[in-house]
Order: sequence, then C-alpha cells, then structure tokens
Amino acid sequence: MIFSYYPGCTLKTKAKDLDRWARLSAEKLGVTMEEIDQWQCCGAVYPQADDEIATRLSAIRALNAAKEKNQDLLTLCSACHHVIKRVNHDMQTNQTICQHANNYLQLDAPYTGETKVVHYLEMLRDCVGFDQIKKAVEKPLKGRKVAAYYGCLLLRPSNVMAFDDPENPSILEEFLKSVGATPVLYSLRNECCGGYMALEDKQAAQSRVERILSSAKAQGAEEIVTACPLCMYNLDTNATQTHLPVRYFTELLAEALGVLQ
Amino acid sequence: MQKIGVFVCWCGSNIAATVDVERVAEAVKSEPGVVYSTNYQYMCSENGQAMIRNAIKEYGLNGVVICSCSPRMHEATFRKTAMAAGLNPYMVEIANIREQCSWIHKDMQEGTEKAIILARAAIAKVLKNAPLTAGTSPVTKRALVVGGGIAGIQTALDVADAGYEVDIVEKSPTIGGRMAQLDKTFPTLDCAACILTPKMVDAAQNEKIDILSYSELESVSGFVGNFTVKIRKKARYVDETKCTGCGVCTEKCPSRKGLNEFNMGLNTRGAIYIPFAQAIPNVAVIDKTQCLHFRTGKCGLCEKNCSAGAIKFDQEDEILERQYGAIILATGFKPIDASAFDEYAYCQSKDVVTSLEFERIMNAAGPTKGKLVRPSDGKHPHEIVFIQCVGSRCSADAVKGKQYCSKICCMYTAKHAMLVREKYPDVNVHVFYIDARTPGKNFDEFYRRAVEQYDVDYIKGMVGKVEVEGDHLRVQGSDLIANEQVVIQADMVVLATAIEPDPTARSLGTMLTASMDTNDFFTEAHPKLRPVESPTAGVFLSGACQGPKDIPETVAQAGAAASKVIGLLSKDHLVTNPCVAHSDELLCNGCSQCENVCPYGAISYVEKEVRGPEVRAVKRIAVVNEAVCQGCGACTVTCPSGAMDLKGFSNNQIMAEVDAICR
Amino acid sequence: MSNKVTREDILRISGVDPRKCMKCGKCSGTCPAYEEMDYHPHEFVSMVLKGQIDRLMQSKSIYKCLSCFACLERCPRNVEPAKLIEAVRLAVIRQQGMNHMTENDVPALLDAEMPQQAIVSAMRKYKK
Repeated sequence: MIFSYYPGCTLKTKAKDLDRWARLSAEKLGVTMEEIDQWQCCGAVYPQADDEIATRLSAIRALNAAKEKNQDLLTLCSACHHVIKRVNHDMQTNQTICQHANNYLQLDAPYTGETKVVHYLEMLRDCVGFDQIKKAVEKPLKGRKVAAYYGCLLLRPSNVMAFDDPENPSILEEFLKSVGATPVLYSLRNECCGGYMALEDKQAAQSRVERILSSAKAQGAEEIVTACPLCMYNLDTNATQTHLPVRYFTELLAEALGVLQ
Repeated sequence: MQKIGVFVCWCGSNIAATVDVERVAEAVKSEPGVVYSTNYQYMCSENGQAMIRNAIKEYGLNGVVICSCSPRMHEATFRKTAMAAGLNPYMVEIANIREQCSWIHKDMQEGTEKAIILARAAIAKVLKNAPLTAGTSPVTKRALVVGGGIAGIQTALDVADAGYEVDIVEKSPTIGGRMAQLDKTFPTLDCAACILTPKMVDAAQNEKIDILSYSELESVSGFVGNFTVKIRKKARYVDETKCTGCGVCTEKCPSRKGLNEFNMGLNTRGAIYIPFAQAIPNVAVIDKTQCLHFRTGKCGLCEKNCSAGAIKFDQEDEILERQYGAIILATGFKPIDASAFDEYAYCQSKDVVTSLEFERIMNAAGPTKGKLVRPSDGKHPHEIVFIQCVGSRCSADAVKGKQYCSKICCMYTAKHAMLVREKYPDVNVHVFYIDARTPGKNFDEFYRRAVEQYDVDYIKGMVGKVEVEGDHLRVQGSDLIANEQVVIQADMVVLATAIEPDPTARSLGTMLTASMDTNDFFTEAHPKLRPVESPTAGVFLSGACQGPKDIPETVAQAGAAASKVIGLLSKDHLVTNPCVAHSDELLCNGCSQCENVCPYGAISYVEKEVRGPEVRAVKRIAVVNEAVCQGCGACTVTCPSGAMDLKGFSNNQIMAEVDAICR
Repeated sequence: MSNKVTREDILRISGVDPRKCMKCGKCSGTCPAYEEMDYHPHEFVSMVLKGQIDRLMQSKSIYKCLSCFACLERCPRNVEPAKLIEAVRLAVIRQQGMNHMTENDVPALLDAEMPQQAIVSAMRKYKK
C-alpha cells in the first residue's frame, strides 16, 4: 500500500510527533507514505467564499502531485484534511472554481478532482482494517479509558467530508478498541473546541475547552485523543478547571504497535 | 374520401392569450383532407358541441380534430359529441394546444406556430384512423384491501356494508395498525383503543369480510375488474382454527428477548406472543428468530401447555390465489428512523424517545403500564422537552430528512404536552416549535388550551443539540422571540419524528404499476378531482399511504375510496378500451418476445395455418386477448418483425404524426 | 456610494440563497459562539436577505464565528449560514485598511506551544 502523503506545516514544526508516530506505525503496518515534493501550506482554513481562487491553489497542487503519481493522497492533520478534501470537492463539482483554478495553475493536464483524499484514520479503517491492527498490536493499551475528541473539521460538512456519522461518529472509538483501550463516549466529542479563537480570544477558547474536558471526564475518561494539532494545543494549554492528558491518536497507535520511540 | 373538420378552442384566454386561434384555424384549411375549420371560445360548452355536431352533419365529416386542452380533460366529451352526430368516437383526435402549448409559451408567435404544428400532426393521424368498437369485460365482485389499519378497516367495512365481499390482507399478526398503538386521540382526547377496537370487532364479525392477517401480497396480474392475486399466508406456527387466544403459551415461553414491536421495542415479549390484548385475530404467533425450538430443537413448552393443540411447528407458508375486481391500498405510515438525527442524541440516551414511543409509555397497556417514567432508570421525570419537525420540512439538498410537513406532529405534540400536564402537574413541559400548524376543526382551540390552560411552555425555535450530561439531557436551542440561546436541563426529550410511507408500499407500487411520488407516497389520479384513485384503473388509495393524514381525514378518505370501489363493483361489465394490440399473422415469427414483456398476460400463442401471397404454412403466432390487453404498447416496440401493432396508435399513425411535425 | 457592499455582493461571494431559510433558528440554537456574538447566525440569514449589510459588517460576530460548521451541518434547509458570515467578513477585510489583524499583531499573542496552524489561519481569516 503506497500513498502520497501531505504532512502540512504544523507537522513539520509543533506537531512533529503526530507525524513521526504516524510514519513509524505505518511502516509497521506495511503502509508506505511517500511525502509529496515541494508541498505548500494548505492555508489551514477552507476558503468558504466562491470567489476565492488563489487560497485554493496550494491544495490543488498537492492533489495534482498525487494524481501524477496515480496515488491516493494521505492526510493526517484535521485542518489539512478538511481544506484539501473540500477543495477537491469544489474541483469536482464547481465548474467556475475548477476553470479559474486551472487557468492560474497551467498544469500539464487540467486537474478536475481525480485524486482520492484519505485521512490516516480512514486508511487504518478502510485499507489496513481495524482487525489487522488488532493482530499487529504488541502492547495492548489495556485498562486505558480514552475519550476520542473529533472536533469539527473531520466530520463537517458531512456531505463533503463523508468521514463518519457527523452526529454519532465511531471511527476513533473503533480505533481505540483495536489498540486495546476502552473508548469513553461523551456528547461534546464533535463540538468545536474554539481553536481558531485561541490566538485572539483566549477566554472564548477556554470556556469551550472546559465544557469538553469536563464532559469527557464526567463519563470516566482518563485521557483524550485527537488528530488535530490545534485541538491538541487548545485542549492542553487552554484547560482551566478540568485537566486531562491530551494525546495524538498516533501516539497510542505507535505505543500499542511497540514502535513508540 | 376523407373529410376532416378542425375545431380550435380558445379556452377563454387560456389558449387565446398565447395562441392566435384564428390563424391556426386558417392555416389548417390547406391541410390534406380538411374541408372545414373554425374556432370558438369554449369548444366544450353546449354551444361548442353543437357546432361540432352540426358540422359533422352539414359537411359529412368522417374525421374530427379538436385543438384544445389535454385529452385527459375532454376527450371523452368530444367522443360522445361525435357519437351523437353518428360518427365513430375513435375518429376524433385531440391536439393538446393548452397544457403542451399555450400554458408553457409566452410568445404569441411561437405559441401559434407550435399550435399549427400540433394540429397538423393530429390531422395526419386522423387521416389514418379507423372506426373502433369497444368491447366489454366482466367484473369480479370482490375487493382486496391491503393493510389492516384504521384506513383499511374503514374501507372494508364500507364496501362490505354495500353487500360486497372484501378481503383484508395485513402483514402483521393483527389488524389495528398505528392507531392501535396510540394512547389518546386529538382534539377530543378520547382513547384510541376505545374507538378503534369496536371497528376491529365489526370487521372480524362481518361475514362479508375475510381477514388474512400475517399475510402479504405475492403477485398481482390482470386488470380493473379482473385482478388475480397471489397471497402469501406466512406460517405463524399456530393453527388459527384451534388457538383460543388463552395466552398460556405466551406466559410459559422461556424466550424473553424478542423486542415487542407493538411497544416500539421499549420492552420485550416471548417468542410466542399475541401482539396486544385486543388483537384480531386473537391468535398467537411464533417468532422463529427467537424461538428456542427453532433455534436449538429443544423446548416446546408452548406445545406442551397448549390445551387446544394449536401449536404447529411444521406449519409452512401457504399461497392463496384469489380474484378481485378492485384493490385498495391502505398501507399506512411509519415514523422515520430518528438515529439519522443524532444531534438530538436518540442513539446516545434511552431518555430520548420518539413520539410513537412516548405514546406507548403513556398508554395503560404499554411497557410502563401508563406510568410516565424515564426508560433509562425508571425515575419520574420533572422536565420534558418536545422537539417538533424532526426530519420534516427539510430542503431537497439537505443531507437528511423529508421535504414535506408531516402534518400530524403539531397536534399530537400538543396532546402529549397536555396529557403530561394533566396527569403530572409537577412536570414542566417545553415544546420547541417552528410553526404551530393547526388547520382542522377544533385544532387551534386544542393547541391554545395546552398553552393557556395547561401552561405548556411553547418556545419558538429549534433545538440545535441535545447533550447527555450524567443522568440528564442538556437541551440547547433557539428562543427566536426572546432572541436568545436557551439551555434546558431535561430529564426526557421527545422527538416528533417525520412520518414516511410504510416500506412495503414500494414493492406493492411496482407489483400493481401504481405510481408513487419521490417520497414513495402513492400518487392520486388527480390531486383535486380524483383524490382516492390511483392512475392505474381499479386501484384505490386509502389513508396515509397517499400522504400524511390524521385519523378523521383517514377515515373520510377510506369512506371515499370505498364509495369508488362500490361504484365499480356495482357494474356487471366494464367497457374496455378498443385501442388494444393485435398481431399480423403474416409477419409474426412466434419468437415470444411480446409475451415476455406483456405486463397483463394478454398474449398467448397458437399453431395456425397462415395463408398469404407467397406463404402457406402452419406456424406459431401470437394472439392477443383483447379483454385483457390494456393497450400499453410494450409489445409493439419489442416485436422484432413489426407484427405487433396497436389499434388507434398504430406505427403507421405515429409515423404520420412525426412526418407532419417535421414537415 | 460606488463601493458600498450590497446584498448581491454577499450572495455572490457566499453562493448562499437565504430565501431557502424557514426561520427555525436551529443554526443559532446550535452555535457554540452564540454568547460572544451580537448578531447571530439566523440574523445573518434574514439581515442579508433584507440587505442590511452595513450593520452586519460592523458586527463583532464576524470575528467570533469559529468556522465549526455546526450551523451548516444541522440546518434542515441547507442554507449554510457560516458561508454568509464568512462573506461579510471578507467584504470587510477586502476593503483598504480594514484588516482585523496583521503580522505585527501576532508576536504579542504567541506562546511557546502555539501551533503554526493557528497563526496561518488567523492571517487567512483576518487579513487580506
């Protein structure tokens, strides 16, 4: 299994571990992640306006790079996945955006949404299979009560992201089960942590984080996992009354597979 | 020699505002065969018809073209007019210059040109028309009702009351349907069972009515007046003729894991069970998936304890074949699956229930014996939130939900709110609503009573999210009037889920070629003028299978459907459509393709000596039973040798029309 | 006033048809930033429809929306209120000198753990 891989800017800086553990685990699971050449930052926010073309281009370049290698494009960071998947959907469904973007890019062949965008979790579920992961686990995380935090970007809008049931998702819980941990369900796992506010309005972010952490803790969670560097920062740094250890899901995967370094 | 008269109708301004009728009448004068043409304000009026009759006599017309509205409206009128003047009614052709022309064009020039072309096509066709004579077919004086809810029961009772035999085919083990599951009914708050069960008993005791419970339609063939239906009587593993309904078996059964369908799965039942106390027939049924005897070969406690010897583990499905003159669809509705709307936490908490589940909780025969308690812990709730429009009124491009208003939810929610406040004044009740829709006799008064007399807190706005927080539910929504986001700590949440047609409707629609809309509701023949008939002749619609309805409307429609059925069954013979298929025996090569596509089983084959200019041989040829053929034309397009043709719509005639249009 | 932002500008930028709204308020019922906003998601829909763009452009809500897409996901009419909020914000920051935040503001807001993603997204959302 070979994928084109788009790490994104944060995975090269503050979230190096998220990336490293993903790569080590993939290797163990027989998945090859080929980082695409000369990728650019995806912009971290999906441009919702129909007339924003330039802000979509870096995502399209990444998509096209995977297309040229005839590979699916693997993502890991929630924000990158969200931006790239939605821009890809625009290229498939919005003729105006598609045409304008191609006019800018002047690629060898126009890009019209051919690449399949796969999040690392989707890769685990659909390509490797949670059953296979279970077999590959060397140190099952027995007795660990873990709350899965989805946040908003992986799930919504569900008609484009097509990631999981947007209101009652299960992929992270299935993942947690596969590595031997006990998933803890709580209502706020798909509510926003206010990460985008973290820079400007700390208080706003803090009140959201408190609700999420207290909800998870009340259901018996002892730690919380995420796929998003911004959520990680926010849940960790902006926790006030309630505190839970926050981890990337790839850390738990690497730990269970015995490749954590 | 052909003498064609052309009559162009203005239809007031409906046609004349967009089509220059004078010019149309003038233009067709030069068409071959046309000896007379004129225009008039209302061709369908008595005066207009007189003009046609007079012209037929005066000019010796042997063909008539009326340029007017759709043939669905007045073809029958003009055929009768022609007949009155001594012309064969099938020598009349309609050019539809209203629905297919004036109503869809804005420009007079364009509209007029198209009207002329349509008139030309009809003239070209009528030149090749031949007089046709309608035959007759007998009517089987027995009706089939599919579905044993209040709609089906009412239709059956009314048809039986007129002296005709009726069979009710009900897929579940008892009749009664959704209404049997309801606690009280709006706006009178009378007990649903108290008004339904007498009707169920009436149906059971009526010697004209045969109730086939736990049965489903297997196949349907034939046509109006002459349907042949195969019915699968599913094995209930209990001899209906012997079972006394004593219920001993249901108590002895050790299997207790089957979800009780009647109680919406809120509690369990035995593998052998009687759905509810007033079930009709009052006969037990075995759920094979739960029964230990079927699963392990052991047990058999029910058999040992049945003093009537009614248990029949070796019973098999039975196929009955019966003849009917009319079929009434009364397949009803079900609530949509609320798990698609999990922002309301239906899958995450037992204390989030649908309205139908809430009916069962409030009902004395329900899982809690009518005591209002939380399904999760059996505790008495203090705050209940009702959420309306769950899955109704969604846009076509939304990811989930139905586009239509489910119609009954505003009223039953007001009922629930009122009943809770009446029985438990200590419980606070909040209703999130978008619009309170109460158009019905005494409906708005009922809703106002909930607000003004029972202090139900109606909040205009929708709930955004229900969160499970410990043992309560945090309901966050909009209060649009106060312009604030409100949070209610609730003990229970009740979802007024949209209703949708019962899933069995789709296969029945296919079986009967009864048309359905995009939501799988059966389509009526005309939304205003033929509301209880399917466009498929002999098929009638009763109740919520046609669209969301409350009980009064359902009963009214059920009666209306019955009166249409009685009208049909009172006839000894039906006039058949003479526009049927026939096979040219010289061209037919006996390949059987027409037989394979015929939906009515109207085609058979004979060995026959065929004589033609250069042929004389015994060969296998297709023969059409004209009484059975419905003139759909499937055979004519399938026939590889061009032997099959449709009277009144021959290939020759269609080609002449196309030529005239392309000229 | 030739450079006044009109209803049509907002509709074009957002691609939203606010007439689809049935005024149920579910967007505002679900919005996690409701308390911080002056005009709320449902008001953006009705005020854009009424052409009250100026008032929305002065609203602090355009910097409070978390772009979490809860309103967009849960709207029964697929109105996509988040796109209207974004369009109004863009209409503001696309004007000369109307950036909500610039690079110069960033260092003061940083801490050691702040991921790049947060800075990039702030620049994307608040500045042209």
